Amino acid sequence: MNQIAIKMLMGDKGKYLGIVLGLTFASFVMTQQPAIFLGLMARSYSFISDTGLPDVWVMDPKVQFIDDIKPLQETQLYRVRGISGVEWAMPLYKGLLKARLSNGTFQTCNVIGLDDTTLIGGPPIMLEGSLEDLRRSDGIIVDIDGATDKLAKISDQPGAAKIPLKVGDNLELNDRRAVVVGISKVTRTFQSQPVVYTTYSRAKNYAPRERKLLSFVLVKAKPGQNLQELTRRIRDNTGLVAYTNEEFKTVTYEYFLHNTGIPINFGVSVLLGFIVGAAIAGQTFYSFTLENLKQFGVLKAMGTSNWVLLRMILLQALLVETLGYGLGVGLTALFGYAMRNTILAFKFPWQLLIFTGAGVSIICALAALISILKVIRLEPAIVFKS
Amino acid sequence: MNEDKPAVCCRNVTKIYDTGGQKVTALNGINLDIALGELMMLVGPSGCGKTTLISIIAGILDQDSGSCELFGENLLTMSSQRKLQFRAQNIGFVFQAFNLLPALNAAENVSVPLIINGVKRVTAEKKAIEVLEKVGLGARWRSLPAQLSGGQQQRVAIARALVHNPRLIVCDEPTSALDHTSGMNIMNLFKAVALQHDRALVVVTHDARIFEFADRIAEMDDGHVVQVQTNQPLVAQRH
Repeated sequence: MNQIAIKMLMGDKGKYLGIVLGLTFASFVMTQQPAIFLGLMARSYSFISDTGLPDVWVMDPKVQFIDDIKPLQETQLYRVRGISGVEWAMPLYKGLLKARLSNGTFQTCNVIGLDDTTLIGGPPIMLEGSLEDLRRSDGIIVDIDGATDKLAKISDQPGAAKIPLKVGDNLELNDRRAVVVGISKVTRTFQSQPVVYTTYSRAKNYAPRERKLLSFVLVKAKPGQNLQELTRRIRDNTGLVAYTNEEFKTVTYEYFLHNTGIPINFGVSVLLGFIVGAAIAGQTFYSFTLENLKQFGVLKAMGTSNWVLLRMILLQALLVETLGYGLGVGLTALFGYAMRNTILAFKFPWQLLIFTGAGVSIICALAALISILKVIRLEPAIVFKS
Repeated sequence: MNEDKPAVCCRNVTKIYDTGGQKVTALNGINLDIALGELMMLVGPSGCGKTTLISIIAGILDQDSGSCELFGENLLTMSSQRKLQFRAQNIGFVFQAFNLLPALNAAENVSVPLIINGVKRVTAEKKAIEVLEKVGLGARWRSLPAQLSGGQQQRVAIARALVHNPRLIVCDEPTSALDHTSGMNIMNLFKAVALQHDRALVVVTHDARIFEFADRIAEMDDGHVVQVQTNQPLVAQRH
């Protein structure tokens, strides 16, 4: 009877394609929109992910997320260094500074100042040059996305492509000379601004004069040191806030989650995809059952039990569900692959597959349930009605 | 099962439909016997209860009162599972609109009753092709219903009704969707391949052209069997 069920389903190719495409659409929207949402959210803490070496981030208690800089006094660095369980503690400057481009326009950059001696907190991947090159006079390292796009030089030829910034090129940061000594690869940030790495002392020179310029203290715990205990100790001794990498990511993520319209906007898209997908697929599947009601009636009259008919409908639902789901997530994966080098945020974790699978299953289960009820209540005597 | 008993034995069968609070008596104390080896036609005006009666005889509708025994077994007292099994093994159906599954080819359509009875698909399709040969469609077993004429579709439906060798075949207006020649051919086929000494046929029809094929004709009106007679008077009346 399973084969009969499959043939019944595929017999009407138009309806069959309608159901599968409806589910594909639902599955695609339910996967693609959350993938973009997760990608955006991941960008909110991408700088923390890229700065892998420290175990703990120390900051002003009022800091709400990674880009919410409340500078500290330099003396705080020495207080943190004096706490037991701290292997080392390094300063980090993080701020938005304006870079003057060769054509005279300005571009805001995310400037990161690393400890002059150790250069801890540097970019995860160097494409050109090395981190040590930052020790050269006026040296800065620029991320590849910034170098090829927002910081790229405008060609003299009208309509010609931008000329990427390269090692040896000059920039002006707050009216001070900066020389590109390396190109790095970093994860795109939420604001998608170019990321410029330099030394801590040089960053202080670039930054506008302020009494306090220390953004974070990066801390490495001694081997075997419990991180929760260490963060508590730092808090108790300095009055500052200390987070582990994961805690700081969560704080940042939750800030964006609760203080921006991003989740609700994407939530609406996902919900809309679910409703439209459910409406198309559910309605088409139900109307498919209605059109086949007489055929089910014939099978029932011939002695097919409700259980077998139920199994047939579930098999039909499972088949279209699997196809629609597979096509939907496949299209999402293709979409993600096609957009991998663009500004679009995209993150496709395995949990998303489960989320979409559950969504498509609910749609199919609802459609199948309504169809099953109709078939179970069907009087086989319907077969004699012309 | 008792072989001496008639194939169908209806006693005081009553069926009342509740249509939105209004009670409609479809059958009102029907008494009817159909013997093995007999082709019984049920005739009468629309709404007289013919379809309700064959539905009850075929076990796909329950009467409100009275008894209807098939081969000595009362369907009303059977469990639903047993009734399904009984129907699957003992009853073949032929419908006015053929009711073939459009996505299945002729052989697959004919094999459905065997598959319902638990026969493996390959075996069922082999047997189906054999029966299709009997009804003259051996060469068309791969054809989908849409690729067959009305007469050919009805032949497939007959093959489907015969394939599991049921002891009762119920037919609802088997010729009304066919032209005269096709209708006659179908009835000749029925006589030739369906009617056997151990099988009964019940045919509901309006089609006076096929009365001559009946052994007996039960005339119905307003939920009653008005009279049961051999085909001679009605055939004579027609001429």
